[in-house]
Amino acid sequence: MTDLLEARPAADLPATGSLWRIRANLVWAGATNNWNLFRANRVGIVGLAIILFFALMALIHPILMSGMRWYSGVGLFLFVWPAVAWVIWPLLGRLRHERRITVPLTVGLAAVLLAVVGVTLGGVWDAATYHPVVGNEANPPILYRTVVNEVTDPATEMSMREALLYSNPDGSPLAPGDVAEIREQPTGPYGRHWLGTDPLGRDILSQLMKGAQGAFLLGMVAALVTVLFATTVGAVAAYLGGWVDSFFMRLADLLLMLPALAIFIVMSSVFRFELWHLAILIGVLSGFGGVAIVLKSQALAVKVKPFIEAARVAGGSTIRVIAVHVIPNVMPLSFLYMMFTVTAAIQTEAVLSFLGLLNIDMSWGLMIELARNQGYFLTGMRFWWLVFPAGLCVSLLAAAFFLVGRAMDEVINPRLRKR
Amino acid sequence: MIRYIARRTVQMFVLFIIFLTLTFLLLTALPGDTVKQRFATNPNIPPEAAQLAIERLGLDKPLWEQYTSYMWNFFRGDFGFSFLQYPRPVSDIILERLPRTLVLFLTVLVSYYILGFVAGKFIAWRRGRRGEHAITIGSVFLYTVFYPWFALMLIWFFAFYADVVPINKFLDPEEWVDAPFSSNHVFMVIFGVMLVAGIVALTLWILSRRIRDPAQRKRTVWMGYGALAVVMLWFWYLSDFGSTRRLYAGDILHHMILPVVTITLISFAGIMLLTRSSMLETMREDFILTARAKGLAEKTVRDRHAARTALLPVTTSLVIAVATVIDGGIITETVYSWPGMGELLFTSVVGQDTNLAIAAFSFVGVMAMVGHLVVDILYLFLDPRIRVTGE
Repeated sequence: MTDLLEARPAADLPATGSLWRIRANLVWAGATNNWNLFRANRVGIVGLAIILFFALMALIHPILMSGMRWYSGVGLFLFVWPAVAWVIWPLLGRLRHERRITVPLTVGLAAVLLAVVGVTLGGVWDAATYHPVVGNEANPPILYRTVVNEVTDPATEMSMREALLYSNPDGSPLAPGDVAEIREQPTGPYGRHWLGTDPLGRDILSQLMKGAQGAFLLGMVAALVTVLFATTVGAVAAYLGGWVDSFFMRLADLLLMLPALAIFIVMSSVFRFELWHLAILIGVLSGFGGVAIVLKSQALAVKVKPFIEAARVAGGSTIRVIAVHVIPNVMPLSFLYMMFTVTAAIQTEAVLSFLGLLNIDMSWGLMIELARNQGYFLTGMRFWWLVFPAGLCVSLLAAAFFLVGRAMDEVINPRLRKR
Repeated sequence: MIRYIARRTVQMFVLFIIFLTLTFLLLTALPGDTVKQRFATNPNIPPEAAQLAIERLGLDKPLWEQYTSYMWNFFRGDFGFSFLQYPRPVSDIILERLPRTLVLFLTVLVSYYILGFVAGKFIAWRRGRRGEHAITIGSVFLYTVFYPWFALMLIWFFAFYADVVPINKFLDPEEWVDAPFSSNHVFMVIFGVMLVAGIVALTLWILSRRIRDPAQRKRTVWMGYGALAVVMLWFWYLSDFGSTRRLYAGDILHHMILPVVTITLISFAGIMLLTRSSMLETMREDFILTARAKGLAEKTVRDRHAARTALLPVTTSLVIAVATVIDGGIITETVYSWPGMGELLFTSVVGQDTNLAIAAFSFVGVMAMVGHLVVDILYLFLDPRIRVTGE
């Protein structure tokens, strides 16, 4: 096992200068090295691209809905982050006695492009029509269907049986030969709604973007909580041993053994689950559960290394040794498990909102629940925009995080690499 | 070895008591729980009736007394009565649902585990050849696909579009109108037959490993499986007991195909990916090189040297796999309206039926723990190192 900090330093490393400069160089060299290893794995890059695509979807939604505001989170992302990048990157280059102009230039150009897109797209969607939860398309396209006895072409004709549901504009019932005007939701994709509308007339694309926001929020919070608990528990249990170790490991065994979904279902009867609660709960369950066991075994391997002993001899307190020497060395592995936690969290959330146990107003799971509840699943391809996009989004984003995790696994764990 | 198993059993029992305590506290002791909402603070019930209900349910007693009486009753098999199906005791409902889930659960556990291990073994062995990428991506897709959506798509395709299997439920009521057996009786028969056949097949396999000569081993194994098949055919077609139940068992099995295929497809990818990486690590070991240098056949090296060692981490993961399959079972039972324990847990939680929910949840926990125990014992046979230190 190598880790980010230990990974081969660059050959031209200047050994002089301030401590911070040397550290920055080490970090930079390690990051470049790891990025090169990661880049070799094509599947991992595909996963990263999918994640970026969904991140863009999530970020662009508020721009489309309400326009650019400098104080909105997106505005911050679009303006402040490039500005920081403009300042930080040259500084890093200077620390390394290098002047790399290409990277900040690329970032800057991308930011300008994004800003232009943001200004042109800002507020294109009015809230009354495109809001993912309460929006409604008031003027769906009119479909014309001739009423006939024997339907040969369902795109232009309708049966008498179906015609009972509609009437002529003057209110009289339809007879064979009449042309019915149908304004019906859900409508398929057309100019105003690129992915069509759902049975309530809401825009599917807008719902997907809103769902992406929720998925990212949930995944990130769950992953951070997992890493926080798992690294602490793993490092402390490995370093201290004794009853602390056996307590946390038995707890982890119990959590690992029990089916998580059953726990969430039972808990949902007691608590009103919001997205935040679920994210933290998933984080706690996996942080004290399986991930803690893995990180503990890694921390055990770190604990017997000479530099730990050196730190102790030098007078480092227990807390300091754990925080400064053990935890940074199990960090790479915990980043890896962050990715897998995100996969699990996205799927758990989708399943729970599919079962209707979460107190949220829009998510991918909920979209599938709606399509299933109203019987659109058994129509197969006819209402594909209700059936496929949401399910594919959940699967793709979960798969993307999983693939990135696997690619990172090959970076961190050299034994897995190709011979 | 006996001592090791006994110790693990006692540990499991203690763990179960902790688990049951936590469940009890979570569902009945928190403020605003459903029983109190239903009876004590429900404005539609007159105060005297509410008082009566509180006294009858023992809600006026201190928590400690409620807890001890609940535990005492639980281990005597008395889980109270269900609110949703009022006069029925919970134990009755559980007994009705348990065989249905067990049949599903065990079939899936065996089929997906074998499938995942064998597939992972082959993929690792053919690393770098064509098709490896496609299989890996396919298995990652199956591993991360959104489960209910995938199940619904399978229903649409196989049950609705192709119409080869039933859409949902576990039997066809029309065929059972004047059936002389209850469905549970047939479930128990299926369960028993599966168990006996599985044990016979496993024994055969274990015994055949001792035969050194490959040709003779192959012959023995196939003759054994042939004999098993003949006995099966005799049981279902010729014996008096089996032939009367054949049609009903067939109906249930027909309904079982799609759920079993769904859970198997979803979960086997995880085992496959794990076996693959475990095999890849084993294949770099020196003893594989030695085995090859000895001139052993590739198949022997793969199956008897690499796969045997690679099996250990995969067996450990069976503990997590048990939980995964139970989770998958809950979703599958809900999507396919299979009236088993998972569906029972879901409906009881949604219907705020506390007694039923605690009992269903604890039985799900028992299933997970028994699975864990079985895996531990299995591990004992697979890994000689534990056998030595476990003494």
